[in-house]
Amino acid sequence: MTKADGRAGRLGEVILALDGVSLAFGGVQALRDVSFDVREHEVRAIIGPNGAGKSSMLNVINGVYHPQQGTIRYLGREYRDMDPHEVAVSGIARTFQNLALFKGMTVLDNIMAGRNLKMHTNILLQALRLGPALREEIAQREVVEGIIDFLEIQAYRKTPVGRLPYGLQKRVDLARALAMEPRILLLDEPMAGMNVEEKQDMCRFVLDVNDHFGTTIVLIEHDMSVVMDISDRVVVLDYGRKIGDGTPNEVRSSQAVIDAYLGVSH
Amino acid sequence: MAESLAGLDTFPKLLMHHARARAERPAIREKDLGVWQTWSWRRFAEEVCLLACGLAAQGFRRGDHLAIVGDNRPRVYAAMCAAQCLGGIPVPLYQDAVAAEMAFPIQNAAITHALAEDQEQVDKLLEILPQCPTLAHIYYDEPRGLRHYDQPQLMSCDRLLELGAEAQRHDPAFLEAEIARGAGPDTAAMFFTSGTTGTAKGVVLTHHSLIDRARAAAEMEGLNDADVVLAYLPPAWIGQNIFSYAQPFVTGYCICCPESAETVMSDMRDIGPTYYFAPPRVFEALLTQVSIRMEDASAPKRALYRYFMGVARRVGGAILDGKDVGALDWLLYRLGDAMVYGPLRNVLGMSRVRIAYTAGEAIGPDLFRFYRSLGINLKQLYGSTETSVFVCVQPNGQVKADTVGPAVKGVELSFTPERELLIRSPGLFKEYYKNPQATADSKDAQGWFHTGDAGYFDADGHVKIIDRVKDVGKLADGSLFAPKYLENKLKFFPFIKEAVAFGHGRDRVCAFINMDMEAVGNWAEKRGMPYSGYVDLASRDEVYGLMRECIEQVNADLAAEPEIAGSQIHRFLILHKQLEADDGELTRTSKVRRLHVAEKYAALVDAMYAGKPVVHVEAQVRYEDGRTGSISADLKIRDARTFPPAAARKAA
Repeated sequence: MTKADGRAGRLGEVILALDGVSLAFGGVQALRDVSFDVREHEVRAIIGPNGAGKSSMLNVINGVYHPQQGTIRYLGREYRDMDPHEVAVSGIARTFQNLALFKGMTVLDNIMAGRNLKMHTNILLQALRLGPALREEIAQREVVEGIIDFLEIQAYRKTPVGRLPYGLQKRVDLARALAMEPRILLLDEPMAGMNVEEKQDMCRFVLDVNDHFGTTIVLIEHDMSVVMDISDRVVVLDYGRKIGDGTPNEVRSSQAVIDAYLGVSH
Repeated sequence: MAESLAGLDTFPKLLMHHARARAERPAIREKDLGVWQTWSWRRFAEEVCLLACGLAAQGFRRGDHLAIVGDNRPRVYAAMCAAQCLGGIPVPLYQDAVAAEMAFPIQNAAITHALAEDQEQVDKLLEILPQCPTLAHIYYDEPRGLRHYDQPQLMSCDRLLELGAEAQRHDPAFLEAEIARGAGPDTAAMFFTSGTTGTAKGVVLTHHSLIDRARAAAEMEGLNDADVVLAYLPPAWIGQNIFSYAQPFVTGYCICCPESAETVMSDMRDIGPTYYFAPPRVFEALLTQVSIRMEDASAPKRALYRYFMGVARRVGGAILDGKDVGALDWLLYRLGDAMVYGPLRNVLGMSRVRIAYTAGEAIGPDLFRFYRSLGINLKQLYGSTETSVFVCVQPNGQVKADTVGPAVKGVELSFTPERELLIRSPGLFKEYYKNPQATADSKDAQGWFHTGDAGYFDADGHVKIIDRVKDVGKLADGSLFAPKYLENKLKFFPFIKEAVAFGHGRDRVCAFINMDMEAVGNWAEKRGMPYSGYVDLASRDEVYGLMRECIEQVNADLAAEPEIAGSQIHRFLILHKQLEADDGELTRTSKVRRLHVAEKYAALVDAMYAGKPVVHVEAQVRYEDGRTGSISADLKIRDARTFPPAAARKAA
């Protein structure tokens, strides 16, 4: 109740708009003419059966793939052929389905690595921990500690990531992405492989991030109950095509979506 | 103590004294964002004053109760003192209690104001609002997640502090006058007992009794303002309250609040407390961790550890007691200290511990000796909420594994013919809140408090507790049956987490066993035994065999003690789930609620006595989020060998 009431007035302008995006790998058409938009402070879910093109969609936004057709407008500016680094600098962070962490490094170091884009002193000063670099590191550490506190992983600061259970690694991956202080956070199946309790925790963290930092969230998720509970709007993909778009309730009652999930005889 | 605390008969007066006498000394430390933040006594007092003025501005009056729900945080303790400044009564509640458990205290004391640590606690209080219409003000410390809550009862602590600052500007002399109006016989705090039986009771304690006991023990142990304590147990429990509120107020020492419940171990290493309390289960968990990690160590390290632990077992306790052990052993022990015990104490965060207490449950003799042999001055104490904790404490040099020590200064003890321990002490509670019947039942006209614990004095005048008086029963043939005594013996095995023995009015004793998942899991892993989870592992024949060995060892022990040789365990089963406080099977302090368990699992008990080999069980379990589910399983029931008393004595 409180959540819905409080959020109604918060959704801002359209921050990211995709228009007629098509992506093909040779003969395989991963995305066909997909258009949708994301509004500031929104939790936007992308769902669909296996192979529907969800991850391709994120990779397109993220700059890993460049669509053959269509445009992507971010903050009112069209962007073309940006590589992932440029996208990251512009304020879009992501987490990965299979995690992208340095397994042998501690939780703290992994999250600090996520602050890399915010570091301005040169690598030599950083390596020698000289004056300005040290001051900068302390300032960055403070931000990182805020994130550690926020995601309640204080107990694992010094633990190598590889030794943590999967659910916690996912949380560290989220922390690393958050360390960039992104405007848009792309989450690739944040709940995959988690047990019920871990899923609940993760839902709470995603909503808290959205609420507390105002971060816009685009997430891919398989677990329908999760999607329906936490999203403001949902895009449904099937065989690379958009077959539904709207609030969770609208999507749930759409015949095309039901057919795609339950299957119909073609 | 050098400084004079005469006339300082309430906690707020003591606080104001420390704020003057040791203004810049640390009062509370809290680890926040990975860094220990220090609150000096002056800052602590300022915070208390502002909170108190804020509460007064919100209509909190003399005699009102303030419910406090939260973990160990500086503000939680500041709020306690703030309520006391106004002549109000803090009522700390267990932070891990479910909402329904909080309703009774709030209704019972018609509580109007409450302070909650964070969203989790606020949610619980809001949930019970319909049953608790008196609750008009809820203050919260941590605003995270609460931005969109618009209930009129809610207010942040920061806002309360602002109100306080405003009120203080208007009337700067107000608070000082309020503090001066307080006196020793006033009620200082109310603690709801966990209630092993029936509903909880509010135990009313005065400033005088809490301060008197805190001071008696502090003087006995020579505590001073250089001591450091880690506050990591629930503040709603009297013990934590004594160690992290009453005693620092009496001596001026500093308490440290860990970052979160999961970081206690590493925070303890950071801080290095000098004065430490833990219930036996914590010491046991620490030892289990040490043992597991030692098994993973390299062979030379393991050998070194084994050898020097042997030396410690032989002479460590005696050296700690200041006894003479001979030059060679002394030298060996010193060497061991440099190579094994010192580093081990450091890993445990106990390098600086001068005094460590354990209480609440019987502690296994091996466990107890392990810590003492390392040079950690672990001692037992006896007390309860009703006695402001300190009744018996073992003095340095007179420490034993199976007693709780002689009476602390100021306490009188005696035993009834039924062996019930009676106490008369300045630390006794005033009454059970709004429950004159219960008060009269437990405190007689001569001022003796009936503890309900059965025991006796040993040869050295130490008190030895064996069980609860009401639990001491008789077998059908009339012989003594002390279930707790058996259960404790079982629980001293690392594989057994909990045990419940039955036998009162029966012809023989049967028991439920709760295996220790960590220890048994490890044991299974080492044998390459695959299992899918708790229920599966608990039903394995190999595990039954393991438990049978433990039980037979206990039976052999019992056979050697003529009075209770009849209590040997004939049959047992391994429960399919851990006994949980959330399911009402344990109290919040992890004691078995025997009657409840017997009732809930009546079918299992009957099956054991009926001689069935297997029994089907379906049980409801309540998850942490309050949802319920069910587990079903077929439990095996097995026999254990018993020993004829005479034969065993011959063998021994």
